[in-house]
Amino acid sequence: MAIPTHNPLSRRFVTSLLAAAVMGVGTQAVAQESDDPIKVGILHSLSGTMAISESTLKDTVEMLIAQQNEAGGLLGRQLEAVVVDPASNWPLFAERARELLAQEEVDVVFGNWTSVSRKAVLPVFEELNGLLFYPVQYEGEESSENVFYTGAAPNQQAIPAVDYLINEVGIERFALVGTDYVYPRTTNRILEAYLQEEHGIDEADIMVNYTPFGHSDWQNIVSEIRRFGEEGKPTAVVSTVNGDANVPFYRELANQGIDAADIPVIAFSVGEQELSGIDTGPLVGHLAAWNYFMSVDTDENYDFIDAWLDWTGDEEAVTNDPMEAHYIGFNMWAEAVRKAGTTDVDAVKDAIIGVTVPNLSGGYAAMMPNHHITKPVLIGEVQDNGQFDIVWQTPSTVAGDAWSDFLPGSRDLIADWRKPMECGNFNVVNGSCGGSTAVEEAEAALAE
Amino acid sequence: MRRFLSKAFVCALLLGLLPAALAQTDAPPTDDAGYRLLETLDVDSYRAKGEAITAILQSDDERAREWLQALLDGRLQRTDDGRFVVVLNNTGRDWPVEDALSGEPLGELSRRELDRIGINNALRNQLRSAIAVVDLYSPNVERRRSSADRLLGEVDDELFETLTPVIEEAEDDYVRRRLAQAVAIHQAENGEMEGVEALAGSLHPRARVALNRATHADDPAVADAARAALASVEQNLKINRGVETLYFGLSLGSVLVLAAIGLAITFGVMGVINMAHGELMMLGAYTTWMMQQLLPGQPGLALLLSIPAGFVVAALAGIAIERSVIQFLKGRPLETLLATFGISLILQQLVRTVISPLNRTVVTPEWMSGSLIINDALSLTLNRLYVMGFALFVFAALMLVMRRTRLGLEVRAVTQNRAMARSMGIRATRVDILTFALGSGVAGLAGVALSQLTNVGPNLGQNYIIDSFMVVVFGGVGNLWGTLVAGLSLGVINQVLEPWAGAVLAKIIVLVFIILFIQKRPRGLFPQKGRAAEG
Repeated sequence: MAIPTHNPLSRRFVTSLLAAAVMGVGTQAVAQESDDPIKVGILHSLSGTMAISESTLKDTVEMLIAQQNEAGGLLGRQLEAVVVDPASNWPLFAERARELLAQEEVDVVFGNWTSVSRKAVLPVFEELNGLLFYPVQYEGEESSENVFYTGAAPNQQAIPAVDYLINEVGIERFALVGTDYVYPRTTNRILEAYLQEEHGIDEADIMVNYTPFGHSDWQNIVSEIRRFGEEGKPTAVVSTVNGDANVPFYRELANQGIDAADIPVIAFSVGEQELSGIDTGPLVGHLAAWNYFMSVDTDENYDFIDAWLDWTGDEEAVTNDPMEAHYIGFNMWAEAVRKAGTTDVDAVKDAIIGVTVPNLSGGYAAMMPNHHITKPVLIGEVQDNGQFDIVWQTPSTVAGDAWSDFLPGSRDLIADWRKPMECGNFNVVNGSCGGSTAVEEAEAALAE
Repeated sequence: MRRFLSKAFVCALLLGLLPAALAQTDAPPTDDAGYRLLETLDVDSYRAKGEAITAILQSDDERAREWLQALLDGRLQRTDDGRFVVVLNNTGRDWPVEDALSGEPLGELSRRELDRIGINNALRNQLRSAIAVVDLYSPNVERRRSSADRLLGEVDDELFETLTPVIEEAEDDYVRRRLAQAVAIHQAENGEMEGVEALAGSLHPRARVALNRATHADDPAVADAARAALASVEQNLKINRGVETLYFGLSLGSVLVLAAIGLAITFGVMGVINMAHGELMMLGAYTTWMMQQLLPGQPGLALLLSIPAGFVVAALAGIAIERSVIQFLKGRPLETLLATFGISLILQQLVRTVISPLNRTVVTPEWMSGSLIINDALSLTLNRLYVMGFALFVFAALMLVMRRTRLGLEVRAVTQNRAMARSMGIRATRVDILTFALGSGVAGLAGVALSQLTNVGPNLGQNYIIDSFMVVVFGGVGNLWGTLVAGLSLGVINQVLEPWAGAVLAKIIVLVFIILFIQKRPRGLFPQKGRAAEG
């Protein structure tokens, strides 16, 4: 070594001093960590139009936190829920997200329902480097470094559902009925392309119809569907109708005498909770495609349901698919924290890819490099007690595809957040990350 | 019945079910035969289940219909130790069950111990047809008729054979006609001329499906005949469709009238911009729910009782709003608007916190569900028919109150010239309270009706408030007849536009139309005349 050392002790002395300093800092940090609870943010609307769906998810996360605390917490620390109310107001979602990340300094956030609210908080999570677990089925075409999508992508719900209709039920004619916003429009675009390209369904055999949010007068549309089904080919309705509007829709179907045996309706947004507002007697046999149903016959599921009934104190309470998504997401996050040994966002982000936890339907869910998870796809028929009877399921789990293979501009994209790629929209054709016009093309296609 | 059973017995013999039949005849444990039949249902393959259903149907067992019905309802289940049970009530954690073979009650079992024998839509269809075939021999004529209806479009080769003698022997004219039609549909779908000819002139959707299929028949003569048969009913169908659209329009219109008529009193007559009007409707709807909770098992009675109850609840809430806020804001429309908007938010959140953010189930009574069948192509949904009648009833009652009672006279006097009315000895404050209570109570009635059409949830009111104001302004502020005509015509315009423009665009077009109309005639369809209107 070129540096002359006058005192042979001095270097050792300095080193040990440094080490002591580091250790001191270390022990201090560890001490601080084990004292403070781990903060878990919950970003679900408790008032406004979305409260109907989102408030139960808040309760679900609180229940999961309580269970985790009973089991000794995480890394020896207790968990603490930080609940904010974005009041179904999309800009307020961004503000509340900022509050959670910047002021409350939460370690992870579970939240959002609508796609538009997710889009609103996305820049905040990317700017402040937070972690968001999003539990609802959505239209795909997105993969963010900071978001984990535990709900279904279109290939985990819509595509297997129409495959079921065509292969098992023998449907040849489709009415795509949806609420007028981004999720139904994108899903229906994907389905239209898929039906025509993969199944050779004629354009004349596909009818598309959009209605406003909260639409309550379905007389004309249902009568149109009835006529559409009278042309001789077996017909089905693929419904992406969202939220409240479903109740009058199903009521009108029943009143106009459309039976599931004549024209089955397969819904992507109707679960146990939506059905709890309807008399399901006349709806028996209509279908829904999800990754979980309350009627799944496994002990894990019964344990979850019993815990939920106890937590809510309501014997009639129901569980649904987004709740299972939170269950999976929460356990994945906890597992990743255990694996990383810290709640540090970057460490958890790296550790969580590949983490596998049990789902409630007797299988396992794994976090994929594109931040989507593997899920089984289940098709259920409505029963008279408001539950679904599972009539079909995919033989194995399906990995979520962030970028649909059936939209121009999106089929060449993949997402992989592992090193060294670390890219949410990698174009496999020109080999660059987000450099192509693919995203704009996809967005332009959506805007159309 | 005997004839059918003997036939079924022959079938059973032919199908090699002899051992089962013998076991039943010579040994007392008939249960074993039933058990064996039921056991064949507990398989994974839906195809095998279908065969098992056929076997049960053809067995001579008198419990067959009950089993099939339980299977259809998803109540036929198997316990962990292999017994077959019928679940009597499948809600909650533990379900009361009875033995499927002996019919003895077995107490309550945990849902974890029970495995449901699942069916899908195809099997459900098969089961319904199977039950319908059994019911064809029922002594009850209503049952025979509905099972004949059920068989339209469900006939296959096997059933065709069974039905032919039944048609000949049918005592009831309706049953005979329906079964003949069912057979004709089967023939037309097979491309037989006989069937196509029999279906000419039929408006039934199933018949048209069959004719549409027959147009692709191999025999060009049959295809031509099918096309001609379809064309011959085209005109008739168009008329039916027109009537249907008109009905849709009037029913949407009557909903608008119901929602707006209370506002026509508070806003139109009193001039109070009440943004909480929608929430008063919501209170009416929740009253209906509450009544149904109080009277479980009697949804019809609860609904009837909630008409006065909904009126009273909403009227009391109206009085509270008037006394606490609106009376202090007389003549300050902007402040009234903001304050009542605040009240509407408070009421919504109150319901969310106290009751639940989730929608509540309001049961539609038996006599209000389904439709009134006019002919095979036209049926009017009953719930909307009732709502339409209710809207007219409320309107008539309100007209009577305003025109024929002392309260109506005083209301008109106070709104036309408050100072003069007071000097004549009318207590204007009392009239204000009563008028607002009347308008609010009518909003409550609208809520009771809406509970039969749409969601009962905290957002119910929000969906109707804009429409209500639109109707009142379009009809002419202060004129009840204007509200009626405006509501009905907006409903019809909307429904006529909808098939052509789509629901979203139809709504926009109606809004644009109203804006233009108000530009031209700012006082609406039926403007108030005379000096009072100038003030």
